[in-house]
Amino acid sequence: MANVVEIRSLTKAYGDVKAVDNVSFALEPNRIYGLLGRNGAGKTTIMHMLSAQLIQTSGDIAVFGEAPYENNRVLSQLCFIKESQKYPESSKIADVLAFAAMTFPNWNQELADRLMEDFRLPPKRRIKKLSRGMLSSVGIVVGLASRAPLTIFDEPYIGLDAVARGLFYDRLLEDYAEYPRTVILSTHLIDEVSQMLEHVLVIDQGRLVLDEEAESLRGRALTVSGPLAKVNAFAAGYKELDRQGLGSLCSATLLTNGSPEDVRARAELAGLEVATVSLQQLIVQLTSGKMSRKADDAR
Amino acid sequence: MGAQMDESRPIFVQIAERIEDDIIEGTLTEETQVPSTTQFAAFYQINPATAAKGVNLLVDQGILYKKRGIGMFVASGARAVLVEKRKEQFYEQYVVTMVREAEKLGINAEQLSDMIRRGGTNNG
Repeated sequence: MANVVEIRSLTKAYGDVKAVDNVSFALEPNRIYGLLGRNGAGKTTIMHMLSAQLIQTSGDIAVFGEAPYENNRVLSQLCFIKESQKYPESSKIADVLAFAAMTFPNWNQELADRLMEDFRLPPKRRIKKLSRGMLSSVGIVVGLASRAPLTIFDEPYIGLDAVARGLFYDRLLEDYAEYPRTVILSTHLIDEVSQMLEHVLVIDQGRLVLDEEAESLRGRALTVSGPLAKVNAFAAGYKELDRQGLGSLCSATLLTNGSPEDVRARAELAGLEVATVSLQQLIVQLTSGKMSRKADDAR
Repeated sequence: MGAQMDESRPIFVQIAERIEDDIIEGTLTEETQVPSTTQFAAFYQINPATAAKGVNLLVDQGILYKKRGIGMFVASGARAVLVEKRKEQFYEQYVVTMVREAEKLGINAEQLSDMIRRGGTNNG
């Protein structure tokens, strides 16, 4: 099947500032993607361009093979739930759902009703009377019940407690298993969602710094420590994410390749201490500061 | 919400290991059906494709097999195969590491086997 999204050399500039800087990636159908990065990295700008709410400065975007801008064939298949979704203040929750039912061809009312109960949403309550968490829940109901072939959630859970977030993850996985679709989850709660992701895209300062299968990343990042010379010998050939030194001792966080077990065994054989790095820690390392960027540029 | 996975190792490997554990411990007996990938995904709150990858790893090794239209089952003889595999892993993971550490501390082979015997009686 053809890619759901294809982005080539996408750039969005505001004056001299490049919010999105030459980003290219492709999304395959029916997978769950994580679009990760720190606040202000450019994630939301990319999603706005995907959903035709912003026009790019340069580069190409194809969604379901077509340019999304003012293209109803594309936009009816795409559901974008924003961090601070705005609904008309005086309308009732039921009105918002009725409008969504008309907008999305795959809308499922049964699912919407069930989710309304799950999230304890009163259908007759007006939008302006809702708490922050309830407003987020409305977005989640719309996002899931739309069953849109491309569903984008941008930090959908402001104001939601851990129980409600868990409910969102449960319902998302349940309905996705039965009705597969392409999902983009953008969040900074990486540890909460990382188990659900099949593929990870990491944005840092407008640039795409990682585009990989979540499973192949797990176990590939290691921290090795020991005498400086030994660490240097081992680190050569791997991408170094971070390094800390203490006298003649040194510890380096590396993105290795090949079988994680083999790499570990080799490090241990070389007399180095080895510690694993979680996906969350790895992404924090990748996006935390200028050190790694400089190391990147030097290569 | 599901049981927590170790985020620093591939999740499909951990799914396979948990099924293996259930077979070795007798929770899943031979010729019984294992949960579906959707059930695994819901329980552990993981991506269904990842769950399927874990199950397929065991299918490839002949530990599980597919009954068309019904689901996945534990193969006959699976337990014995797994116990053998785990014994080899035990040697690699525990014995080799232990001996290396013992050498570092200057514990000789005789002292080491004494210690193992002592550990055994303490546990018995």
